[in-house]
Amino acid sequence: MSASFSIDGKSVAFAEGQTIIQAALAGGVYVPHLCYHPEFKPHGSCKLCTVMVDGRQIASCTTLAREGMVVESDTAALNDERRTLIEMLFVEGNHFCPSCEKSGDCKLQATAYELGMMSAHFDHFFPRRPVDASHPDVLLDFNRCILCSLCVRASRDFDGKNAFALCGRGIHTHLIVNAKSGRLADTDVTLQDKAVQVCPVGVMLRKDKGFAVPIGKRVYDLKPVSAYAEAAAAPQKE
Amino acid sequence: MDTAVKTGTVIRKVRVATTSLAGCFGCHMSFLDIDERLFDLLQLIELDRSPLTDIKEVGQCDIGIIEGGLCNAENVHVLREFRRQCRLLVAIGACAINGGLPAQRNHLSLPLILQEVYHTSVGLADGRIPNDPELPLPLSKVRPLHEVVKVDYFIPGCPPSAEAIWKALNDILAGREPELGHGLIQYD
Repeated sequence: MSASFSIDGKSVAFAEGQTIIQAALAGGVYVPHLCYHPEFKPHGSCKLCTVMVDGRQIASCTTLAREGMVVESDTAALNDERRTLIEMLFVEGNHFCPSCEKSGDCKLQATAYELGMMSAHFDHFFPRRPVDASHPDVLLDFNRCILCSLCVRASRDFDGKNAFALCGRGIHTHLIVNAKSGRLADTDVTLQDKAVQVCPVGVMLRKDKGFAVPIGKRVYDLKPVSAYAEAAAAPQKE
Repeated sequence: MDTAVKTGTVIRKVRVATTSLAGCFGCHMSFLDIDERLFDLLQLIELDRSPLTDIKEVGQCDIGIIEGGLCNAENVHVLREFRRQCRLLVAIGACAINGGLPAQRNHLSLPLILQEVYHTSVGLADGRIPNDPELPLPLSKVRPLHEVVKVDYFIPGCPPSAEAIWKALNDILAGREPELGHGLIQYD
């Protein structure tokens, strides 16, 4: 018999070495997350996947599942804190969904819907973040970056190009392009790179093709993000 | 209503004011999209200041519904009037909630924009930046409503669908915090 733990009263099986979020998603239990991706080493930075174990809050993407563990995730208290995190992400960047090509396919937006975010609550920063349109095939729109570092990890660990990095500290942390000029055109990044594909928000956009799927018929228009738990546990199909 | 009259209970209609600040009236159009349900709604509410009544000053109201963000001093003035007169203030649509499309100018300097729009653009030879004292002064940045006054409820969307507006209004009229589930809560 395989090992198991309970999450929100549901028993979930896990294999040795699996994290809480890996086992939960595979078992069909949605745990909100933004920087977690099944194919990459966990980063533990977005804190959306925080769950309660033994009265303590822990990131479920960096904590190994243990036999008999009792995990709370879908609670009002945790969801309130998750919503606050999302609100802060919305005011720190420039997230104007009506004019974003990623709208409906965006994990930040879908997670905000899931958590019932009716407004971003805080004062908006309206930061100035110029776009990088130098690359022939990929538009880099830093306005939407949530610093999940998925492109950094994908480019380094999967594409083997190390084209992106997070630079600066605290509130000044920002995504940069690893090129002397700082421009995407001066890297060997291509449209097919995992780093470009994996962006959960609208930072990396394919040029010359927009709105191929109309608004209202996109991934998270069809079903809420919580309905994709098992898909989020498995590597993406290219 | 009929039952109320028969039993002798006096039902005061809920007084509602609406306005569009830095918005496009799209949210008002979407509100009208509730179609024949407008008749049901008018059993429960009466309109004060609104583009639909053309009353110019907002009076004492139960609910104020505001579309659009704040891009000039007049917007701020009207918003404060609404806040003073309305028991509940509802921000409707992307512009009221996060500045929306008008806030796309926020990364540019205002003098630069005025120069471009009225003076240097192609075909504007010798164009002048309007400075009539009657014109409200633009704000340096477009702001959402909640950054200036307390906003009680938000109905997101660009515009929110008629269904979302109907659901939210029903919740508010029933004294509940509006809740929009999947398919109704949309930011685009």
